[in-house]
Amino acid sequence: MISLHGLTKEYPGGVRAVDALDLEIADGEFFALLGPSGCGKTTLLRTIAGLETATAGRVTIGGTEVTGLPPGRRDVAMVFQDYALFPHMDVTTNIAYPLRIRKVPRAEREAKAAETASRLSLSELLARRPGQLSGGQQQRVALARAIACHPRAFLFDEPLSNLDARMRLEARTFLKRLQRELAVTTVFVTHDQGEALAMADRIAVMSAGRIMQVGTPAEVFQRPANTFVASFIGSTPMNLLPGVVRDGALHVAGAVLPRPDGVADGEEVVYGLRPEYMDLAEGEHADGFAGKVSVVENLGTAYLVTLDCGEHLVQAVVPEDAEPAPGAAACAVPRHRRALVYRDGELVTP
Amino acid sequence: MSTDAAGLGRGRAVGFMVPALVLIGVFLVFPALWTIYLGLTDFRLTGLAAADPKFVGAENYTAALGDERFHTSLWLTVQFVLGSAVIGQAGLGFAIAWALRDRSGPVRRVVEGLVLLAWILPSSVVAFLWIALLDGDQGTLNALLRTDGFAWLLDHPMASIVLFNTWRGTAFSMMLYGAALESVPPSHLETARLAGASAFQQLRDVVFPRIRGHMLTNLLLISLWTFNDFTAFQLTAGGPEGRSEILPVYIYNVALNGGKLGFGAAVSFLVLLINLVLALVYLRLLRGRRGVAA
Ligand SMILES: Nc1ncnc2c1ncn2[C@@H]1O[C@H](COP(=O)(O)OP(=O)(O)OP(=O)(O)O)[C@@H](O)[C@H]1O
Ligand SMILES: [Mg+2]
Repeated sequence: MISLHGLTKEYPGGVRAVDALDLEIADGEFFALLGPSGCGKTTLLRTIAGLETATAGRVTIGGTEVTGLPPGRRDVAMVFQDYALFPHMDVTTNIAYPLRIRKVPRAEREAKAAETASRLSLSELLARRPGQLSGGQQQRVALARAIACHPRAFLFDEPLSNLDARMRLEARTFLKRLQRELAVTTVFVTHDQGEALAMADRIAVMSAGRIMQVGTPAEVFQRPANTFVASFIGSTPMNLLPGVVRDGALHVAGAVLPRPDGVADGEEVVYGLRPEYMDLAEGEHADGFAGKVSVVENLGTAYLVTLDCGEHLVQAVVPEDAEPAPGAAACAVPRHRRALVYRDGELVTP
Repeated sequence: MSTDAAGLGRGRAVGFMVPALVLIGVFLVFPALWTIYLGLTDFRLTGLAAADPKFVGAENYTAALGDERFHTSLWLTVQFVLGSAVIGQAGLGFAIAWALRDRSGPVRRVVEGLVLLAWILPSSVVAFLWIALLDGDQGTLNALLRTDGFAWLLDHPMASIVLFNTWRGTAFSMMLYGAALESVPPSHLETARLAGASAFQQLRDVVFPRIRGHMLTNLLLISLWTFNDFTAFQLTAGGPEGRSEILPVYIYNVALNGGKLGFGAAVSFLVLLINLVLALVYLRLLRGRRGVAA
């Protein structure tokens, strides 16, 4: 288990990369840190590892407070984006390196390296140098090195980002299965939300050194706790339209919708709905957003249609063969049950 | 058909080469051959043999190889190179570069500035400074240590010139190692740190393997420079009683002070051979590394 209490990291020069952060990561959990570039994911991971010293707050790993301990005594293994394999050592020596530092006898550590390597299908490559391996193989060697020393936690900093799109999908599945088998607490940094949603047990969405929401992928995807998470998560950005509650109805971008639960008359709110939950209809609908089709984007098996509704743009995803022509008049009808309402940036829909 | 990439043709290619070859011939090959020739004569600075040097065969060489003073001088040179170049300059240079590696701001600039200053000052100036520092009667060091009247240059001439040359030449190693350390990826050092590696283990497993080429190149250059360095002459002139007479000083003393130019030329040629062997050994080591890396 990893717990963080009020963890803060301020770089010289005054950048607060991690800002008074509290977090509990359960034993054996696959935990993803997700957020836009520069939000402090790497810094948080490095502070957990001990590669950066915390400015304030505490880090506890497996019940032991490690805030003041050097990285080597925290019993964690990290996989870097560039894998950090030692070029002058062969695969066996690389995998066995942490064991060598722990003074495990040579025969024992080589056996351990061979065993770990075979688990990751690297047995054929044991005598090679990192320079003679493909990117995917190097990534597996880096994983093997992390696994071989049985740490209390794995820390991964975008380990898949150097792989091509196809390899990345394979590695995802592979990594997730491996983590299940080993049941070692894992913190995984990524800025790819697809990766986080696919692999993690829980996700923390970060922004500017703070955590905006922690939850399972389903929670984070279906009920973003605030407008930041709502606009960040999802392959197509969520429609977030300002509206006002008046006379028991919600007035948004020219549409009059039933008053959602949790808001009272006279309140200004933001109405959120994923484009996937908008249906495109022809003609006028009182509870729909009428507008003119301005852009049609091909998503492969569907189309993302952008409607120009006067002041606002509304997006809807329509199935293949149903896409309207640009310039045509259309109406986007929301599925009310999926709608989320935010007041002052926070979710109020129960 | 011409096979040269530039398409010059043989004639014009030779034409372009000739000026360079002539310069090399006049300023490098000819003096070397002349040294060999002189080494085979009894050429002297003054007297009869100056006007009419006679061919004496290998006599100078056998004399030099049998000369006690030459042996001592060679041994002192080895001490000088190992002490001031390999241990002093390379060791200290690396230590400074390592200590400053992720430091920035005033500390780094001041240290680098001081070290560089020792390197860029003219040798006559620094020699004077060191004599003033180490002088027995009025020396700064004695004033600092309250060891009045202690003649450092007379009592510890070798230690003095080793220290002097270390101070003088550390800048080069520091700069070279500083640049080399930049090429060590931080993630490699951090991986070692996470595994629990000590500073020594980080150096052994991550840093040295990565900068081995830089280290060998640096050692080759500073060894050769130190082997041929004459600045120490300005501190001790080889004395007292030849106790700091390294080879370049020895050659100067026998050839110009002693007037035996032929003998001096023979010793010079021997020094040239030693340098050549030194360079070949380093190059072999360097090539060995390439072979491994490939
Ligand atoms: N060594 C440093 N010194 C000063 N500021 C730093 C340092 N490292 C990072 N920062 C700053 O801290 C903030 C967080 O950086 P961090 O590397 O943790 O972001 P990240 O979320 O990992 O981004 P990315 O997805 O691009 O990797 C950024 O504003 C960055 O400029
Ligand atoms: Mg990062």
